[in-house]
Parts: sequence; C-alpha cells; structure tokens
Amino acid sequence: MGCVYALIAAGLSLIFGLMEVVNFAHGEFLMLAMYVAFFAWALARLDPLVSLPLAALALAALGWATYHGLIRRVLGGPMLAQIFATFGLAVFLRSGAQFLWGVDFRTIKEPLLSGRLSVGGVFVGLPQLAASVLALGAFLGLYLFLSRSETGLALQATAQDRQAAALMGIDTDRMFALGWAIGSACVGVAGGLLAMFFYIFPEVGGAFALLAYVTVALGGFGNVPATLAAGVIVGLTEVVAGLVITPAMKYAVVFLLYLAVVLWRPQGLFGRF
Amino acid sequence: MAGVILEARGLDVLLGDYQVLWDARLAVDEGEMVALLGPNGAGKSTLLNTVSGLLRPRAGAITFRGEPIAGLPAHRIVARGLAHVLERRRLFPYLTVEQNVRLGAYAPAARSGREAQLARVKALFPILEERAGQPARTLSGGEQQMVAIARGLMAHPRLLMIDEPFLGLAPRVVTQLVEAIRRINREGVTIVFIEQNVELALSLATRGYVLESGRVVLEGRSAELLRSPEVRRIFLGG
Repeated sequence: MGCVYALIAAGLSLIFGLMEVVNFAHGEFLMLAMYVAFFAWALARLDPLVSLPLAALALAALGWATYHGLIRRVLGGPMLAQIFATFGLAVFLRSGAQFLWGVDFRTIKEPLLSGRLSVGGVFVGLPQLAASVLALGAFLGLYLFLSRSETGLALQATAQDRQAAALMGIDTDRMFALGWAIGSACVGVAGGLLAMFFYIFPEVGGAFALLAYVTVALGGFGNVPATLAAGVIVGLTEVVAGLVITPAMKYAVVFLLYLAVVLWRPQGLFGRF
Repeated sequence: MAGVILEARGLDVLLGDYQVLWDARLAVDEGEMVALLGPNGAGKSTLLNTVSGLLRPRAGAITFRGEPIAGLPAHRIVARGLAHVLERRRLFPYLTVEQNVRLGAYAPAARSGREAQLARVKALFPILEERAGQPARTLSGGEQQMVAIARGLMAHPRLLMIDEPFLGLAPRVVTQLVEAIRRINREGVTIVFIEQNVELALSLATRGYVLESGRVVLEGRSAELLRSPEVRRIFLGG
C-alpha cells in the first residue's frame, strides 16, 4: 500500500511544489478515478488494469480543467481564497458523486487478478501486489520524467523560480496547467489500482487524502523522491502496527508518527524548507 | 553601429498601487554597452523587468528590433533575442550548473544551436565545465554570476540585460567579470547593465542613463556623465 500512498502523495506534492497551492480536492480526484475504473468495468467489462490509462487520462484532463477554470482565477488572490476554492471543489465533487451515483459501496467483481500469493510464508493479495508494482513503476516514470526530460526540468525550474523560468523562455502558465494534469494523472493511476480491491463510494477519498497529506508532510513538501520514501514508511507503519498492536489502531500509530516528525522535524524527514 | 535595437518611451509602471516609473525612456543602439545608474529604489530594476516582460507598463511603448513588445509575456520576448539576467543571479538552486545553463536555451529558436552555444559559453567561463554536476546553490557568488550570465547567453540573445552583475563580489572576481562582459560585447551582443558604482559602470559602458525617483534625469556618453556636476550631486550628495 505504501507505493500507492506515495503515488497519491506525489501528485499532491508536485502541485504544491510548483505553485504553493494545496489541492484539498485531491481525495475526491481519487474517488473520481475509482468511479472511472468502476464504470469502465460495469459498462464495458474493462478490468481496472485495462482501463488504467483511461483513468489517468480522464484525471489529467480534470486537473488541466481545474487549473484553467478555477485555480488560475484565484492565483493572485489571498491564501484563503485558494484554500476555499479547492475545498469547495472537494465538497462539490463529493456531493455530485452522491447525487449521481448514490452512497452505495460498490466493488468490482471477478477482477483479472485475484487470490493470494505466498512469499516466504507471508500471504500477499495478488491485486495488492500488482498495485504496488504498478504504482512503483508509475512513480519511477514520474521521477525520470521530472529529472531527465526537457519538460520535466522546465517544471522543476518553474517550481524553483517562476520569474527566472519565464526568462528562460518557459511558458510558466503552461507549466502550471501541465503540473495539474500530471499531478492529477498520478491519482488517476492510484485510483484505478485501488479500484481492483477497494470499496468504491463517494466518501472514499477522505481517508486516502488524509494519508496523502501525512505522507507529503512526512517526506517534506515539494520533494518528489522523498515522497516515495515517506509513502513506504507510512505503508509499513500501518502494516506493522496492525500486526503488532491491533488493526483498529493502525492509523493511530501512523498519525502518531506524523505528529512526532512534525514536532521534531517540521520541514519533513527529507525537507528543504 | 547599425541602428536602434531597443527603444522604450513614456513608460509608467506600477507595483501594486505604487507608481515606480514615470515617463521612463531608454534607447540602445546595436552593439552598444549601456549602464543604468541611480540610487536604490530609483527604478532601474523595474525598468529592465518591464522591458523583459516580467512587468506590464500602464502606459508607454517598447520596441525591440523594430517590433512592439510591450505587454508580451516574458517567455515570448526571450525567444525574440532579448535575454535578462536578474538581480542576485536567481539560478535554479536545486538544479545542477549544467541543467541551469542548458535551460537558458529552452526557447525553440535557441534549442537547435544549443550544443554550439554551450561550447562557446564554456570557453568564456571555464567554471561551467569544472562545476557542471554541482547543484547551483553550492557555488560562490562570483561563480553563480558567471553561470547566470552564461544561462542568459544560451538564448543566443542580440541584447543582454544584466541587473547588478558585480553586487557583493570580490574585486578580483569583478575584474574577471568585466573582462567577460567586454568580450561578450565585442562578439556582437549589445549589453545593458545596472551598476551602483559610477566609476566602474562608466569605465565599462559607452553610454549611461541616470535614474532618480522613477524618472530618467540624465543620459549621455560615459565621459560626459563622469564630468557632470548633476551626477556628482546625485551620487556624492555634493
């Protein structure tokens, strides 16, 4: 699960690092991605693994549209306006999902992958394993894109100094839109993967978004590779706490860890700020 | 030299509600080296930021190589051959020296000639080769300034504007940079720079503009400005 958390958090971190805007609708974006996977299966019998590119594309388009339709208009405004813009979007999307699709828990039945695998005496669900591997793959792809490609470097440059980037001939407005598209595509992939084995309902984003904020803060804001490490830490803490103490307490331990880090190292474990 | 490369007239510029430039002007001939002088807060940086498109003037016109550029976004102005090196270098701190410099040629027009231009700026500043893989923030101030100028040159500019290239640097480094800037100018790049030290600025530039409280109060050839009692009054309080 750590890799999936990391991927969700990476999308959040990318957008924040780029323009210091926290997307409070990130969890709802994840929920929408899961519904994309669900309807692809319910209407066209496409397995979530097959419809993964569709979920990524749909969310990229949503991110792009959110930037152009909403974020761009409040960028020059006060911080509160930015917070309430994405917070309002979150409420709108969640309520919209309840209105359109009801509050029922849905699951995708007979997925392509099912059953469990025994690895050295430890049972791992096959869908969970596939989700981890694919999330890790997506994460590495994101990292390589950001650190190797021309456009990725332009994104980094924009994040580090907007004005200097513009003077390099970089269209920073386009980079912002691209950042929203890529950051949202990350939750698109994560949502598609989660849809293989998780309940799908309008409120599903909340818990994951909370974990994503914790993961981002744990790793350090705006630092994408650190997010992977933090995601794995959160995932492992959750599993170990569930095993050693009791499953009901696993999130309490995760948040306790988060509180400890924030108290002693407020910039995050690998943070720059 | 051949004709005017940059001309700005009647520029009124506001930062928020506060007017910083009043009817400012600047005219630069091809091949020239022009200094902008004036005390802190006179509006020198604001003038350059307006020319490069980071700020929009409320009134006034700017033409570069005969075409109007006022109001264009900054990234389109660089692509036309006008590069701007910001005050305090403003490198991308977490990118390497090489990545910083290569990004200077991001504009499509500059990208095709990138490797050749990279070789040229490395010949000008050998430090680029030595420090290529280091994050930019680990460099000294002088080294950072060289990287910043090299990054500006990567856009293959006809006109290079440099905001306070010598600020806070050791005299030995200043001498090095002065040499480099002279060489860039000799190789055909028109230069406009900001410098607070009148003697240094006017020994390097062919002409100078003096700004005070947001207005251009004097302009002329370096030798004339050095003798001018007005310049003495502004800079020496005499």
